[in-house]
Amino acid sequence: MRKCSINAIDSVFAKIAESLALYLPVDGSDGKATYKKWENGVKWSNALNTVKSPKEFFFPQTEDMMEFKTSGKNIEIIDTREETEDFVIFGVRACDVRSFDILDRVFLTMPVDSYYASKREHSIIVSVACTKPSETCFCKAFGIDPAVPKGDVTVWKTETEIFFESNTAKGADLLSKIADLTEECDNAPVEEQKEKINKIMAKLPLADLKTEAFGGGKTEQYFDHPAWAELSESCLGCGTCTFVCPTCQCYDIKDFNTGNGVIRFRCWDSCMYSEFTRMAHGNNRLSQKERFR
Amino acid sequence: MNNREETLIPKIGVITDIRIDTPDIKTFRVVTPDGKKAFDHRPGQCAMLSIPGVGEAMFSITSSPTNEEFMEFSIKKCGCVTEWLHAAEVGQQITIRGPYGNPFPVDDEFAGKNLLFIAGGVGLAPLRSVINYCRHYRDRYGKIDIVYGSRSKDDLLDYKEIIDEWCNDAGVDVHLTIDREQEGWDGHVGFVPNYVKELGFDTDKTAVLCGPPIMIKFTLEGLTSLGFEKSQVYTTLELRMKCGVGKCGRCNVGSKYVCKDGPVFRFDELDELPDEY
Repeated sequence: MRKCSINAIDSVFAKIAESLALYLPVDGSDGKATYKKWENGVKWSNALNTVKSPKEFFFPQTEDMMEFKTSGKNIEIIDTREETEDFVIFGVRACDVRSFDILDRVFLTMPVDSYYASKREHSIIVSVACTKPSETCFCKAFGIDPAVPKGDVTVWKTETEIFFESNTAKGADLLSKIADLTEECDNAPVEEQKEKINKIMAKLPLADLKTEAFGGGKTEQYFDHPAWAELSESCLGCGTCTFVCPTCQCYDIKDFNTGNGVIRFRCWDSCMYSEFTRMAHGNNRLSQKERFR
Repeated sequence: MNNREETLIPKIGVITDIRIDTPDIKTFRVVTPDGKKAFDHRPGQCAMLSIPGVGEAMFSITSSPTNEEFMEFSIKKCGCVTEWLHAAEVGQQITIRGPYGNPFPVDDEFAGKNLLFIAGGVGLAPLRSVINYCRHYRDRYGKIDIVYGSRSKDDLLDYKEIIDEWCNDAGVDVHLTIDREQEGWDGHVGFVPNYVKELGFDTDKTAVLCGPPIMIKFTLEGLTSLGFEKSQVYTTLELRMKCGVGKCGRCNVGSKYVCKDGPVFRFDELDELPDEY
């Protein structure tokens, strides 16, 4: 385990940014945090989490996939994919780190999605422990440990110091880059913080939330449950829940005519939208209740 | 440059023949620019066809895998992509990717069985692939019955092939029906589900159904009343798809994706899924 003074963190960022693109949560003028590219003067947010999840580093809201040129009856397909360069996402919370596993299950199972895979493989994830979980947090119900988040490097932040522990070879490489700015240390303060976090977690209103009633194989059982009508009544069908959700991964594929060819792109889509399942022969989810469910 | 394989990037296909089947269905023959089949498939599988700038859509491959020269798609005009295709001429290039989905179990569950194919309208398109596969390997299967109905004689898909080839095959019985009386038609008149009940098939068969949802519903009821078990009856589903590989998220029924776990399902499997298709 290595550490640095909290006052040295900007030098650590500067060092990393010398060789790698570095993204981290930054407070906006509205007081809400979003991931931004680090440059001189950019400050790491103290917010518990960002409004939008970091899923868009791997699965952007819109993404060009390929291009077509047409001439008469002929079509040319242009593969516009490029290999991503290594980059660092710093300050990812335990829940969001876990969401990458869920997205991996979709995009990295056969046939592997090359757009996602390229970005995912070149990412270096630096997670941060949740010193002050909020009363709406429920990550423990999903077996996530906010005191020991996963990722290539785990970071703990105290009032005065930042602690770093690498979990992977990629993480060790990153820590070697900042070795001059950090020092080897014992883990007593981190152990103390873990204990504090666990105590807070145990007191949270959703500490005893259980998920056994949901999940695989239970869909049929609750399919006609009256709760769906009540829950969906206030749903406007705006799809924002699926956009901020770290694990929602539905997408649409569309063509855009540039006047000089056609770009095929994909963009986030939402099962909350009325046209999500609409096809030539009809729509199998006609009401908002059916979509919400 | 990203050199990874990517299923979402299609190949070029060329339309080399367009057959007008009915007033709103045409059958398109597609090969690669060097005149080959774009890829191999199994009976019941699908392919994504697209016209850049118009859109991409999933279609069942209607030709049998035993056809080694080209693929065929019987397409009903009913949306943007299909309208564009219907206006296309021979020589037009399109894009094609696939094959997608699971096939009919022609080499295992169907082997040695008597087969009963029941189709309505353009629902014959996905069944033609498996019917012609079973005709090609005729000695691997028992008796084959085909019940096919449409609105009128003019709306019967593959009519020439049915009359000239299927009807002349030994051990293949074709039962055609149209919804209403029509001049020049001396065959059966009536809806497919009623005709199936009238024909009163023995239950020593494996049945395959495809057609409009309402036809499927009543035909399944008809088969059940004749004593068929749901585990003897297969169908192929159609839901909106974008990726074709179980990732874009819209064709799921419960935990199954129609594009990769289907489109072929047995009715006893469908019974375990939410009623959402």
